[in-house]
Amino acid sequence: MSADSSPESSIAVEVKKVTKIFPNGDTPTYALREVSFQAQNGKLTMIVGPSGCGKTTLLSVICGTLGVDSGDIEVFGNNLKMMSDAEITHFRCLNVGFIFQQFNLIPTLTIVENASIPLILQGMPYRKAEEKAAALLEDLGLGKRIRSFPRQLSGGQQQRVAIARALVHDPKLVICDEPTASLDAATGHHALELLKNSACNADRCVIVVTHDSRIFSFADWIAEMEDGRVIKSCLPADYHHG
Amino acid sequence: MQRDKLANCPLQPDYTLHPMLRIALLMLFRDTSKYVMLVVGLTFCSLLMTQQSSIFCGLMLWTSATVRNIGAQIWVFDSKVEQANEVIPLREIEVTRVRSVPGVEWAVPLYVGIEQARLGDGSFENVQLVGLDTATFVGRPMQITKGRIEDLRLPDAVIIDQVGIDKFRKKGITIDVGTVFEINDKTARVVALCHANRSFLGQPYVYTTYDRALQYAKPQRKQLSCVLVEPKKGVSTKELTREINTLHGLRAFERDELFWATIWWYIKNTGIPISFGTVVLLGVIVGIAIAGQTFYLFIYDNLRYLAALKAMGARMPTLAAMVFLQAFSVGIIGYGLGVGLTSFFGYKVLKAEQPPFFMPWQVPVFVAVVVVLICCFSAVIGLIRVAKLEPAVVFK
Repeated sequence: MSADSSPESSIAVEVKKVTKIFPNGDTPTYALREVSFQAQNGKLTMIVGPSGCGKTTLLSVICGTLGVDSGDIEVFGNNLKMMSDAEITHFRCLNVGFIFQQFNLIPTLTIVENASIPLILQGMPYRKAEEKAAALLEDLGLGKRIRSFPRQLSGGQQQRVAIARALVHDPKLVICDEPTASLDAATGHHALELLKNSACNADRCVIVVTHDSRIFSFADWIAEMEDGRVIKSCLPADYHHG
Repeated sequence: MQRDKLANCPLQPDYTLHPMLRIALLMLFRDTSKYVMLVVGLTFCSLLMTQQSSIFCGLMLWTSATVRNIGAQIWVFDSKVEQANEVIPLREIEVTRVRSVPGVEWAVPLYVGIEQARLGDGSFENVQLVGLDTATFVGRPMQITKGRIEDLRLPDAVIIDQVGIDKFRKKGITIDVGTVFEINDKTARVVALCHANRSFLGQPYVYTTYDRALQYAKPQRKQLSCVLVEPKKGVSTKELTREINTLHGLRAFERDELFWATIWWYIKNTGIPISFGTVVLLGVIVGIAIAGQTFYLFIYDNLRYLAALKAMGARMPTLAAMVFLQAFSVGIIGYGLGVGLTSFFGYKVLKAEQPPFFMPWQVPVFVAVVVVLICCFSAVIGLIRVAKLEPAVVFK
């Protein structure tokens, strides 16, 4: 299940036999069934599969926003199970960047204010955080819109703001949940291109959850899920959707 | 192993707080409709509570106008009297009895009664007639605005206060020094004008000498309203009051004691506190209903973003501080506007002297406490939602 056997690659995320059950009356729902999964630094790993297969749950347990019932998750060597809630929250604050399906940009903040939030949460002074976010937005082609509000931007532009927010604090892990779900085909393609170019580097692991087969080609490694299990893990070239 | 690696990213609980508070304020101020709704709700609530409480205090102050206008240290009444506006006439001999108590420097008679004043054109007005000791004028008006107090010794002389002047002016009659009118069909001539605290029933104060006041008043077997007493040097008013109270049939009050006894009598025996209390309670309910509900809606609308912040690493104390700051900033602004508007109202009515208005420091403090409680309530109900929020909901 290794993503790559090349000597320069290193394991960033390791999920070992993780089970997650959601209590649902008398019949509990198994969202994850002894899932094992690895993602490596310097790679864009996609978790794919049909709706309800457990992709988002796996993403949630990897970033520590959801606890597990059994198994271990190691992110950059830190076993999340051994950490307190406060430690996990702080760990996320420093090491994880998020791109959400609905972007979740705060509508009453300008895009530069939105993009600077991860830095502000880390304790960076407000002005300095804004300067750094503005520079990144400039790189992403939004330099002239930094004082705009999210509602004044197109879906693609909002996605770029979400990418800026995910990368502004230089996280070691970037988590993307259905990044193209709210975008048309061309914009989605462009967003993934941008994500791949700006997010992927040797020290960073990018995990994308998607069921959009049009963007599979951007992946360095694909893990396919079904019924709470990882059923296939391979290079995109070896992956045959459907 | 975990701890060593985490050592590279030490927790920074306080440092992360300040810039996020700015974000919290931006989120609030730019949500214009809810922000305005919250401020208006809390302004109205503060205004209602401050204004009604101040009018209540003003009204209570009016009840004790005679005590404040006369200003003697010890007041001696019939033993059944409970407050300053309740007069049970005493015999003249009581002045001598009081004077005989050890520790009394002086004791003088005072007449207080409501009489009917009639002007030349036939219009009339009830007045609060005050008969002062002729020799000493103890209990004289604090501020003579025209004329001289000594002229009160002239035949038929009276001093009338500004309330009387204003009341007669409304009837088209100008009162000035030299104006002649009648009190209970007996001639009274204005020799001075004064300013006195307004009475509860709004009757003008008319001052004259004690002997003349008895002539104006309707004849009764007993006519002395009360005895005003000054203790000798070194004798405390409390001690002397206790001593006078040993005299059969008399009851002595210290000035402050009489002041509060009068106010408490009105609180206990009239519907005034219930009436004003209901309005103040309405203010609290309006505050809780409007501010609490709007703030809850504000939090509810932002839940998704708060969950995103949680996912991105905002800790619960940070989010709590943000929510409390948002609640308290609208609270402070609403409170400031409410109290400010009440003060403006007070400034205007104090000029007109009606309706009654008195805002002691306890009123704004009381309203501030209520607003703080409303803000806490609003913040807590919002925070309960935030605390229950799983950061994973942002992936749904």
